[in-house]
Amino acid sequence: MDLLTLLQILDSTMRLATPLLLACLAGLFSERAGIFDIGLEGKMLAAAFLSAAVAYTSGSVWVGLLAGIAASLVLSGIHGLASITFRGNQLISGVAINFLAAGLTVVIAQSWFAQGGRTPQLSGAARFNPITLPFAENLRDVPVLGPIYYELISGHTILVYVALLCVPATWWILYRTRFGLRLRAVGENPAAVDTAGVSVVGLRFAAVGICGVLCGIAGAYLATALQAGFVKDMSAGRGYIALAALIFAKWRPWYALYATLLFGFLQALALRPDLIEAVLSFKVNGQLLDVLPYILTVIILAGFVGKAIPPRAGGEPYVKER
Amino acid sequence: MDVMPKWAEVVLVPLISLLLAAFLSALVILAIGESPTAALKLMIEGAIGSTYGWGYTLYYATNFMFTGLAVAVAFHARMFNIGGEGQAVLGGLGVALVCLYIPWPHWSVALIGATAGAALFGAAWAAIPAYLQAKRGSHIVITTIMFNFIAAALLNYLLIGALKADGMEPATRKFAEGAHLPSFQDMFSFGEATLFRGAPANVSFFVAIAACIAVWALIWKTRLGYEIRAFGHSESAAKYAGISPTKIIMISMMISGGLAGMMAINNVMGEAERLVLNAVEGAGFIGIAVALMGRSHPFGVFLAAILFGFLYQGGAELALWTSIPRELIVVIQALVILFTGALDNMVRSPLEKMFLAMQRKKGEV
Repeated sequence: MDLLTLLQILDSTMRLATPLLLACLAGLFSERAGIFDIGLEGKMLAAAFLSAAVAYTSGSVWVGLLAGIAASLVLSGIHGLASITFRGNQLISGVAINFLAAGLTVVIAQSWFAQGGRTPQLSGAARFNPITLPFAENLRDVPVLGPIYYELISGHTILVYVALLCVPATWWILYRTRFGLRLRAVGENPAAVDTAGVSVVGLRFAAVGICGVLCGIAGAYLATALQAGFVKDMSAGRGYIALAALIFAKWRPWYALYATLLFGFLQALALRPDLIEAVLSFKVNGQLLDVLPYILTVIILAGFVGKAIPPRAGGEPYVKER
Repeated sequence: MDVMPKWAEVVLVPLISLLLAAFLSALVILAIGESPTAALKLMIEGAIGSTYGWGYTLYYATNFMFTGLAVAVAFHARMFNIGGEGQAVLGGLGVALVCLYIPWPHWSVALIGATAGAALFGAAWAAIPAYLQAKRGSHIVITTIMFNFIAAALLNYLLIGALKADGMEPATRKFAEGAHLPSFQDMFSFGEATLFRGAPANVSFFVAIAACIAVWALIWKTRLGYEIRAFGHSESAAKYAGISPTKIIMISMMISGGLAGMMAINNVMGEAERLVLNAVEGAGFIGIAVALMGRSHPFGVFLAAILFGFLYQGGAELALWTSIPRELIVVIQALVILFTGALDNMVRSPLEKMFLAMQRKKGEV
């Protein structure tokens, strides 16, 4: 395998890891504040649909992105209402949100566009287009570094760079700000936060809101950058893979980047069965690559490779008076 | 301690949740420019207006009874088995192996064998997450989600590989005649009158009813059922009373997985008579809605399963005759899960306040 093929694989790794990374960080904020969220999938799907629909009608992908974030935030609001305000079961709420998105997107898409539950193809300004970083063209002929810069680092859509920047930003917010400290505390011991006079409900709603925004970007990326338009069930389990990555990463931002890159790499490999066969000189089953993230997560969860300990107050509604 | 009378708890709360879900669904139908009343009429005609419609409604209901019971049993032990889908996939595999490789002389023995195979495979698929939960502390919800995906990939792998019949389709060959279950049409047509013509409902409906009764007896009439409920109410109290958490987690999850797997005698053996991709069609997830709606009681599950069978068949009719896609049913399902599960307190607390006020008034008089 030559450098160029390797770079192509890594390039599609970047593209496929981006929605996973955004959704994984979204889950990180929510779960670090003690709110389990298996509704990442549904929020991404809803955002994918509305961003594509609005980008198509308005002709501007930025308006579409905002609409996608709004759709995701509405679902976040429902999740917050159910699991924070009414102290319901967070897992059941997440399941409901996934189904709500899976159903509503198709029903509305059929009603608006009558194309069998999809939006029309997006093109031009209604999509996020690849951006070429400065000097990429000039440096292309520099040996080794030139192709790496041109193929791998340059030539992605803006959302890929946004997702990457979200990693240090998340780290900084969580570990270097007062808000982050409180957010982590509310996921470990909400009673202590409450005693200190900080609103548990407020913090948790803030976390769920951030989760909504990030899921919204992830969904918009799927429909307006990775692909050109919305199709039924296009999130295709990515929300669950992100959840798996979150456990893999033990709820930490930098590890989240590595985990989603790994899972993105597996997805990129699954797209190129010819290459795997050429390198390993035997046939690797495509299904195996597809389910590898899930199997790895089960192994991690089983504690065979280090222990993943979730935030202590995760999944439990906070009841003030005892 | 109980603020509400029992009838309000079992009838009023689910009914209000259902009405809220129905109201929002009607708004969705209105918003896409169709008439909710016309849609409801069409659904009723299509799903329960003929024996053909009933044949489909009860066929779907059979699936949902099994998966609903599966979720309900796990709920009693305060576990959320979200893996009914994967367990039903594996149950299908069990049924297929039993029906393909054993020459059955008569459907009645075949049914017993297939039920055992389905339950065994479903239970085995639930046993791994259960073991990981009990011994390794990994969260059952996450592992069962992962196992759903792994099950789907495993089936995919087998159906394009080892079990594939000749031809293009990823499916097994058709089961032999000895494994053919009598359909409602075979059972209830006398002389000239053909009832349930062409509908897939079959004898496994009665197996599902038997399963409802068996689960009721298990949960409320046996020592094991008592232990499951005790564990569900308070793990520490159960432990103190000498109940082993590992045992309860393992057994209740295996019963749950077995029930979900048993769904396959209906859809794989009764209807398709071969194993195809995606035979479960989300029934494992609908079990969540059914169990929540039925308050984890087998009789409630029975009623909720028939309601969802009606919605499923009615939704198919809607998709056929109007521009409302089938996915509307997914929306209704989501709303039912939301209101009966996650937003339960929202529905309940105003009612509790109301009953409390009424009691106080009575006290004053």
